[in-house]
Amino acid sequence: MNAVRKQRLILVVSILVGLAIACGLMFYALRQNINLFFTPQQVMAGEAPLDTQMRVGGLVEEGSVVRDQQTLDVQFVLTDGKGSFTVHYQGILPDLFREGQGIVANGTLISTNRFEAEEVLAKHDETYMPPEVQDALEKAGHPGAKKVNSEQ
Amino acid sequence: MVWQTLKRWYHMLGSPRYFYTFSSRVLPWLTPIAVLTLAAGLVWGLAFAPSDYQQGNSYRIIFIHVPASSGALMGYMALGVSGLVAVVWRMKMAEVMLKAIAPFGAGLAAISLVTGALWGKPTWGTYWQWDARMTSMLILLFMYVGVIALQAVIRDPRQAARAAGLLAMVGVINVVIVKYSVEWVQTLHQGSTLKMFGESTIDPAMKYPLLLSMLGLWLLYAVNVLLRARTEVMWRERRSKWVNKLVKEGDR
Repeated sequence: MNAVRKQRLILVVSILVGLAIACGLMFYALRQNINLFFTPQQVMAGEAPLDTQMRVGGLVEEGSVVRDQQTLDVQFVLTDGKGSFTVHYQGILPDLFREGQGIVANGTLISTNRFEAEEVLAKHDETYMPPEVQDALEKAGHPGAKKVNSEQ
Repeated sequence: MVWQTLKRWYHMLGSPRYFYTFSSRVLPWLTPIAVLTLAAGLVWGLAFAPSDYQQGNSYRIIFIHVPASSGALMGYMALGVSGLVAVVWRMKMAEVMLKAIAPFGAGLAAISLVTGALWGKPTWGTYWQWDARMTSMLILLFMYVGVIALQAVIRDPRQAARAAGLLAMVGVINVVIVKYSVEWVQTLHQGSTLKMFGESTIDPAMKYPLLLSMLGLWLLYAVNVLLRARTEVMWRERRSKWVNKLVKEGDR
């Protein structure tokens, strides 16, 4: 490689490395803001702001969903195993909403154990399989069947 | 040994004329293979693969969404490499490639965003959220558009290639962010289903049509790049003897 090219290569590589480091630091510093939602653990720890529009995310606790018979009111417990609080929502839930499912809710935190949601979104994990396989896994008591309902 | 072969290839493909004859030989069989592979993958995935236990049939858009997204990301990596070679070594074919790779990739990035939105509505309940994966993918589309626009706006093709090459290289940082956004921060978007190392969390009956569609689309991308590069080579070498001879002979 001749000297001119070598110089250009060094220049370009150092620009790129510098930019990559800058981006990395920025990304790291803004990590909390880049996160789409607060986890129940963070909410319990008081890291989430009260009375501000924000998102929370976690799993719908098994057996915690209470639907009002007359209205669209629904209430459930959001958990991540390290913390939990009640979410209240009025409206139509997405099809994938079910107990044990990962969800993201947009709304305001009234207190550290009560969240008023304006919008509930369902997450889904990276597992794809036919229903028959899921049935078979469940019947066999395979640990993989449980994984179905556990969003990370 | 391998290094020597690679070096020879680099020099051979670095010659516009050699590239032209080489691509003339490759295209006649690469094109049908690409089209057939993509068609087989899509038909298999969209019509014959089993439905999903949670999402039913709506998951089938994966057979378009994932190939398009992966194509857009790989295309940008190739754009970055071309940019590096164009800026440091001033190789003419790298400049040609910089121009040839961008349009199809931009199209794929747009397809990825649109199919993602259409998939998001029935599954998540929303078309769009400003989460890290979606936002960085949108930036990828802007990067592609930027590279194309920069080349269009600078009159001198060699200067245009250097500017666009630099932008292409810088944009590679964003490709890394797109790839790892779902692991580094909390997103609405799911994590990776297909894993380079370790077991993929997708049933084989769905995985194989997906892999086939991906391969098909990548090959189609390659075909598109070759065709665009040939046109660009012809234009840049329009004053050379060999191009004039080809034109006289009526070879397209």
